[in-house]
Amino acid sequence: MAEHHGTEAPVNFAAASKAALLDPQLRGNFRRAMDGLMTKRAVQFADAKEWHDMRALAASVRLRALSKLPELLEKLEANCTRNGIQVHWASTTDEANAIVLDIMKRVDAKLAVKGKSMVTEEMHLNAFLEEHGIEALEADLGEYIVQLDGTMPSHIIMPAIHLNTKQIAHLFKRKIKEAESIEDAAYLTGLARRILRQKFMNADVGMSGVNAAVAETGTLCLIENEGNGRMCTTVPPVHIAFMGLEKVVETLEDVPPVISLLPRSATGQPITTYVNMITSPRKEGELDGPREIHLVILDNGRSSVYADAELRDTLRCIRCGACMNHCPVYTKVGGHAYEAPYPGPIGKILVPQMEGLAKRGEMPHACTMCNACVEICPVKIPIVEIMGRLRVEAVRPGDAVKDSGAQASKTEAMVWKGWAAMNASPMAYKIATMAMSKLGNAAPTGLPLLKEWTSVRTKPRFASRTLHDLAREKGIPDV
Amino acid sequence: MTQPTPPRPSPTRPSKVYFFGTCLVDLFFPDAGMAGMDLLKAQGLTVVFPQGQSCCGQPAYNSGYRADALKVARAQLDLFPGDLPIVVPSGSCAGMMKKHWPHLFHGEPDEAKAVQVSSRVWELTQFLVQVLDVKLEDKGEPVRVTWHASCHAQREMGVVEEPKALLRQLANVELVELKREKECCGFGGTFAVRHPEISAAMVGDKVDDIEQTGAKRVVSGDCGCLLNINGALEGGHKPVQGQHIAQFLKERLHG
Repeated sequence: MAEHHGTEAPVNFAAASKAALLDPQLRGNFRRAMDGLMTKRAVQFADAKEWHDMRALAASVRLRALSKLPELLEKLEANCTRNGIQVHWASTTDEANAIVLDIMKRVDAKLAVKGKSMVTEEMHLNAFLEEHGIEALEADLGEYIVQLDGTMPSHIIMPAIHLNTKQIAHLFKRKIKEAESIEDAAYLTGLARRILRQKFMNADVGMSGVNAAVAETGTLCLIENEGNGRMCTTVPPVHIAFMGLEKVVETLEDVPPVISLLPRSATGQPITTYVNMITSPRKEGELDGPREIHLVILDNGRSSVYADAELRDTLRCIRCGACMNHCPVYTKVGGHAYEAPYPGPIGKILVPQMEGLAKRGEMPHACTMCNACVEICPVKIPIVEIMGRLRVEAVRPGDAVKDSGAQASKTEAMVWKGWAAMNASPMAYKIATMAMSKLGNAAPTGLPLLKEWTSVRTKPRFASRTLHDLAREKGIPDV
Repeated sequence: MTQPTPPRPSPTRPSKVYFFGTCLVDLFFPDAGMAGMDLLKAQGLTVVFPQGQSCCGQPAYNSGYRADALKVARAQLDLFPGDLPIVVPSGSCAGMMKKHWPHLFHGEPDEAKAVQVSSRVWELTQFLVQVLDVKLEDKGEPVRVTWHASCHAQREMGVVEEPKALLRQLANVELVELKREKECCGFGGTFAVRHPEISAAMVGDKVDDIEQTGAKRVVSGDCGCLLNINGALEGGHKPVQGQHIAQFLKERLHG
C-alpha cells in the first residue's frame, strides 16, 4: 500500500451514500436480499443453546489463535515450507503486489484465474496486474459479474448482491458476444461457467484466498460454493494463495468450528458445497495439482491493530459478512457507498485502522450503535465498542491508530466542554433547561443540526415545563 | 438471535426507589417521566427524584469525548446514596449507566462507587415486570397499537419481552408487532444529524412498517426513538402517533 499521510483527503461517505439512497432499484435489491439472508441465518440458529455454544467455541478458537499469533505464524511458515508451499511476507500491499509480479514474470504468466480473495481487493491486484499486461480474471460468479461491470464487490461474500437477474442479463448482453437476452439465472450461470471453464484450462496461475491456515499442519483451508476455488487451486500449474496474517488457527481441530459457523452466518448454509484443504503442491508421481504453491501473508496495518489490546479483537473476524446483512445502515446504502474493500460494520472498524483516520475518519460515525452486528457476530467481536474507541481516536491526537486525532476540532471540543459544564452543575443545568423550555421552540429550522433534523421530520418540541419542574410541583421527594 | 436469557434475578421488592428521568424526558417528554413515577407509586413505592440529576453522559461518550462524558456521569454518582434500585424510563440511558459506566470509570478513583451505582440500574418496564410483577387493569377504549423496541433496551439491557408483556395485559389493547421489530429506527444520537439522509431512509422504513400494522399508536420505551419516529410521522402527515409506554399505560389505567 502506498504510504499514507495525515493530509490524505477524507473519503466522503455521506455523498456516496446519498447517491445510493436515490436509487430505488438498488435500495430494493438490498432490502430484499438482506431480509432473505437474515431469515436464512435465523433458521440455522433456531436453537439458542446451540448458537450460544457454537459461537463460544468459534470465538475461543480465534481468541486463542490471536493470543499466540507470532508463534503460530512462525509455525505456519515452517510447516508450509516443509510441505513445499513457498511462504512470502508482505508488510504493505505494494510489497504483496511486487511479490505476485515477480512470480508471474518468472513463470511468464499472461493469464491468472482468481477465486474470491478479499486480501487481493485490499491490494487492488487486478488493476496492478493489468498495468503490467497480465489478465487477472475473477472466477467466482459474483466477482466475475462485478469485474465485467467494472465496479467493486458490494459485499464480501456476495459481491454482486446489488444487482438483480435482469440487470445481470443486460450486463452480459452488453459485454459478452455470445450472450442472448435471457433473464434467467440458470442460463446466465451456465454461460459464465462455459466461458470460465475455458479460462481455467488456459490459465498460467490460479489465485485464491484462505479462510483458515492451520499452523500445526501447514494446511490452507478454502471454502466455496461454485467449485471455482478448487479449479483455481488445482488446474493451473502455479497457485498463489493470499491471507491476512490474522487468518491462522492453531490446530486442524480448530477448523470445523470456524467453517461451520461461517456459511451458517453468511448465507444460512450448514456447510459450503466445497471445502478445500491444501497442504502441498503436486508431488513426485502425482498426476495433478499445481507444481508450485505460494502463500502471500499480508500485514497491511494488521500488526498495529494487534498491538492494541482493545482494537485487537478486530482481527478475530472470519469474514462471514453477517454483520453487513444485519446492519440497518448497510442495508439502506449498500456496499459501494463505503468505497472500501470491506463495507458494513466490520469495514467501519477495520478500514479506518488500515488506511488511517484522516482518510476514513467518517466510517466509525456512519453507525447508529444499534448493536445488531454484535448480536449476530459468530466470533463475538465487540464491533460497537471498537467503533466507540475509534471515535475517541479520531479526535485525540496520539499514535494508537494511524492518523489518530485527524478529526480533532477546537470548535467541537469546545461545544462538548460547554455541554459537560452545563450537565455537571445542577445550577447551570437548571438555567439552561429553563432557557430551552422557554425559548427552544423559537429556534429557526435553518440552524445547523436542526436543519438536518427537519429535512424529513418536524422540529422537536420542548415542553414548557421540565420533569424537574413537574416533580417539584407534585412534591416528589428529592432525597 | 439473542443469547440465552440469563436466569431472572429475583430481587426483593423495595419500598423505595430512585428515578433517573434522563435529559430527553426532562426537556421533551416530562409527562412520560411523571407517568413512570406514578406507575411506581401506584405499586405502593416511595419514589425519590433527585433534583440534581441531568444526563447519563451518553452523547459525549458516543461522540468520542470520554472525558466530558465522565465529568457528567460523575456528577450523577452522589445523587443515589441509598442502596436502592434506580429506575430509568429509557433503555438507552439505562444501558449507558449499566453497561458503559463501568468501562467509562475504569481506573478512576471513584470506579467502585460508579460500579455500585451502575449495578442498581433498571429499565422501567423491566423493573415493573421483573421486580414488581405488576398486574394492570385496562380501563381504556379498544385500540390497536404496535411496539417499537429500542436497540439499546433490547441489546444492552436485554429488555425484549417485558414491555410487550405489559401491553398484552391490557384487555382492550390489541398489540400488532412490527415486521422488523428489531431494526433500528435511525436515531443513533448524533447520527441523525451527521448522516441525515441515511437516518431519513431508516426512519422511512420504520414508518412504513408502523403504518402496515394499522395501529393508531406506536408505543416505545425510549425518547430518542420517539423524537425521531414522531418527527417523521408528523413530517409525513401520518395519523399514527408515538407515545412513551409509561404514559400509555397510565392512560389505560385511568380510562
